[in-house]
Amino acid sequence: MDAILEILVNPAVQAILKIAVIVMGFVMLTGTVLTLMERKWMSAVQDRLGPNRANVGRFTGHGILHIAADGLKSIFKEDTIPEGADRVIFTIAPFFALFASIVIWAIIPFAAPIGGFTFQITDVDIGILLVLAVTSMGVYGAVLAGWCSNNKFAMLGATRATAQMLSYEIFLGLSLVGVFMVNGSVTVSTLVENQNTYWFDGLIPKWGVFTQPLAFVLFFTAMLAEMKRLPFDAPEGESEIIAGYFLEYSGMRWSTFMLAEYLAIVGTAGLTVTLFFGGYHIPWLFADGFHLFGWILELPVWLVALLQIGAFITKTIFFCWLVIILRWTIPRFRFDQIMELGWKKMLPLALANVMVTALVLLAIDHWQAG
Amino acid sequence: MEMQLIFFYVFAVLSVGGALSVLLFRSPVYCAMALVGTFGFLSAIFILLNSEFVAAIQLLIYAGAIMVLFLFVIMLLNLRTDKSPGLTWSLPKLLGVAVSIGILSQMIGVINSPAAKIGPKDIFSPQYLDEKGSVKVIGEILFTDYVLPFEIISVLLMVAVIGAVIIAKRHDTDSGGEG
Amino acid sequence: MTTKRRLKPLDFGAEPMKIELGPSHPATHGITRFAIELDGEVVVKMEAEIGYLHRGFEKEAEATNYIKIMPYTDRLNYVSPLINNVGYALTVEKLFGVEAPPRAQFARVIMCEISRITDHLTCNGATAMEIGAMTVFLWFLKVREYLWECVEEVTGARLTTNWARIGGNANDLPDGFLPMLEDRLQKVEAVLLEGEALILKNRIFIDRVKDVGILSKERAIEHAFTGPMLRACGVPYDVRRADPYLVYDQLDFEIPVGTVGDCFDRFLVRQEEIRQSISIIRQASDKLPPGDFHCRDRRVWMPDKYEVFNSIEGLIDHFKIVMDGPQPPPGEAYQAVEGGNGELGFYIVSDGSGQPLKCRVRPPCFNFVAAMGEMTVGHYLADIVPIFGSINMIGGELER
Repeated sequence: MDAILEILVNPAVQAILKIAVIVMGFVMLTGTVLTLMERKWMSAVQDRLGPNRANVGRFTGHGILHIAADGLKSIFKEDTIPEGADRVIFTIAPFFALFASIVIWAIIPFAAPIGGFTFQITDVDIGILLVLAVTSMGVYGAVLAGWCSNNKFAMLGATRATAQMLSYEIFLGLSLVGVFMVNGSVTVSTLVENQNTYWFDGLIPKWGVFTQPLAFVLFFTAMLAEMKRLPFDAPEGESEIIAGYFLEYSGMRWSTFMLAEYLAIVGTAGLTVTLFFGGYHIPWLFADGFHLFGWILELPVWLVALLQIGAFITKTIFFCWLVIILRWTIPRFRFDQIMELGWKKMLPLALANVMVTALVLLAIDHWQAG
Repeated sequence: MEMQLIFFYVFAVLSVGGALSVLLFRSPVYCAMALVGTFGFLSAIFILLNSEFVAAIQLLIYAGAIMVLFLFVIMLLNLRTDKSPGLTWSLPKLLGVAVSIGILSQMIGVINSPAAKIGPKDIFSPQYLDEKGSVKVIGEILFTDYVLPFEIISVLLMVAVIGAVIIAKRHDTDSGGEG
Repeated sequence: MTTKRRLKPLDFGAEPMKIELGPSHPATHGITRFAIELDGEVVVKMEAEIGYLHRGFEKEAEATNYIKIMPYTDRLNYVSPLINNVGYALTVEKLFGVEAPPRAQFARVIMCEISRITDHLTCNGATAMEIGAMTVFLWFLKVREYLWECVEEVTGARLTTNWARIGGNANDLPDGFLPMLEDRLQKVEAVLLEGEALILKNRIFIDRVKDVGILSKERAIEHAFTGPMLRACGVPYDVRRADPYLVYDQLDFEIPVGTVGDCFDRFLVRQEEIRQSISIIRQASDKLPPGDFHCRDRRVWMPDKYEVFNSIEGLIDHFKIVMDGPQPPPGEAYQAVEGGNGELGFYIVSDGSGQPLKCRVRPPCFNFVAAMGEMTVGHYLADIVPIFGSINMIGGELER
């Protein structure tokens, strides 16, 4: 028993365990379930039942078995590589797409630290910058897949994806500058902890969305564009360039692209919650229990941690739902309109946000200094 | 051997290998990807050196933005695999070798100089960096001591951007396309 | 100027990228092929290639007797088959000089307008879907299904209706049909509002269709456009008003017109036409007179069984219709009806035998596809999709 504990205390072992639990237990699971939930939610919007036919005997579970059926199908499907395609790059391209959406989770905390134990894989000093660095690598999946497929439609998709993702990375970064300025830090733990401070004697939590509302809108839009979801799915544009950069993919490689898309949804939702919606915090819940109007409800530490994990997961799933419901509500931009929105509207807005935030912060400093 | 040292050797070998493959691969796309890999491994080495900020910027700017544009150009110009037979010696190549040797000797000189010895510089000890965070430290230096060069560089970038826009625009109006 | 050195435009030796959109491509529903040349994403040249769905309807008609052609007409514009049925029946009736009784004519109007609604719902829904508004498409298809159930109630089939006959209809409207139809029409109206709420105030949708695929009024007339495409350009031409057939002159309806003739106008014109059609159906249901659903002309309609068994004339007429089919007098007739897409014309030449000497269809969307190049050049690749959606090309009708 002691030997096991001793191993568990080792930070490297802890990190590996955390990676296993968070990535396999939460991210992958949510991403996979989302593939079905998207179709179910879409059907609900469109007044129909959605997939419900996969069964084991008489058990269908309202379509839950479709997850397994889809997985099996793509494993057994023929993995075609088109003639004239670059085989090596064709094989590795899907993993570039997958990489970015998983690495994001390295820095996202699930609950407040207890003692020396953090519910976060690593709390690096550069924090959100890591996210920006990693999402910028995601573009390789699209570019390489489109280039190596030896298909003009895929090539068009890759061109669109490159331009779109490179541009929106800029707005993504710029939109976050305001958040960094307000918090004076880029470290995730600080960003989240600051969101559990309050205005008006503990009444309104200082969630990112209240301190930086414009930044939230810009960030969410840029994230949608980064993961190429509707309304920004011109790189896939199924009606004109069929499936864009992953047009020639089939079987498990194709599934990897799809999985990457759903993991990106989960990642975006997690990041949005962490940066703008209090992370794991429930309003007025502190390490020792609820505090509101001087009224205190004491809770044991383990219950607080459980509540926080639950809150984080609930919020994340809400934003997954939001991303999905957006797709079935609004149409697709044309490619040049995406660029125009980015460079002519989002860029000035993001810059203005930085300016205004700086001025307000200066004014507050000045006022506090008397 | 220490964990850190193992990682260092792994990444060092990988990044040197990546840099060599840039030279040795025939297909331009493979070369570009090897360079991306090199940048990735270099940023890992930066992390080992406690400078996460430089590592993140390395990935963000070089691997994530500049190399994508390289790749983009390679793709659009549809550069095919270089089919020329092995090395042939010509005057430009000899000149290139000479310049490379010159740069190499210069670098060896710099690394050997006492000023480049590894260890804390001024107040920047590892403890200090850990305490304040590398982002904060770099930010403070950048916006106090080095604010003038920083601003000049940003103006330079601005000029480059405007120049690019003008070149693109002229192409448009001259070829008579609808703007 | 001469002293100043002019910088040459950057030239990478780039030539237009040639791509083939179709024949197997998600946007080219109805099967057609576009040979496109792209400069970046801008279309510099586009040629429409048709013929992938050619089945030889016109030639086939020359070897078939007049009644047996009726099922083939279902397959012309397969989203509004009843209009084709009625158009063909009217043409043959013109050859014979017979007319269907009023009840049959009102019933035909009702069924034609149902078909027009299904046609427009399909077209507008598909346009929305191709821009990415999948939900609107499925909502529209849902109510289209309601209407097709009505069609099934009358004709026994959703698409292959084969309902009109020379001199009447295959059967009368069934009992309880009109209340059922009214109920369905109310659902259509509700869904129209829902769908419009979702996209007509949506900036993305409007940006995608507004000022896209404009064809001027003059060019549209030169291209012999008809139907919603022409009306979107601002020309109030509608066969139902310009050359009334059936009982359209007794019904009150408006002809919606657009202003600039872009995809947005076409969308709005079709939406408004659905509403006008609903109003027409309601008026026709109110005015539906009692009486026969077919004429009593022995040349085109079989005599009653009683007469066949009890009179020599009845037996002979029965025999002639069964063996030779109806035989119109020699001559020619052209009858146009307002199809879902515009003027759907049938031209039939008779030499007095039981089979037409020549049968020709004027498909409204042929002209639209011919103008595709003109409408798309200068637009982006992605614009081809809403433009092509808005012309509502139906392969069966286009290529016969």
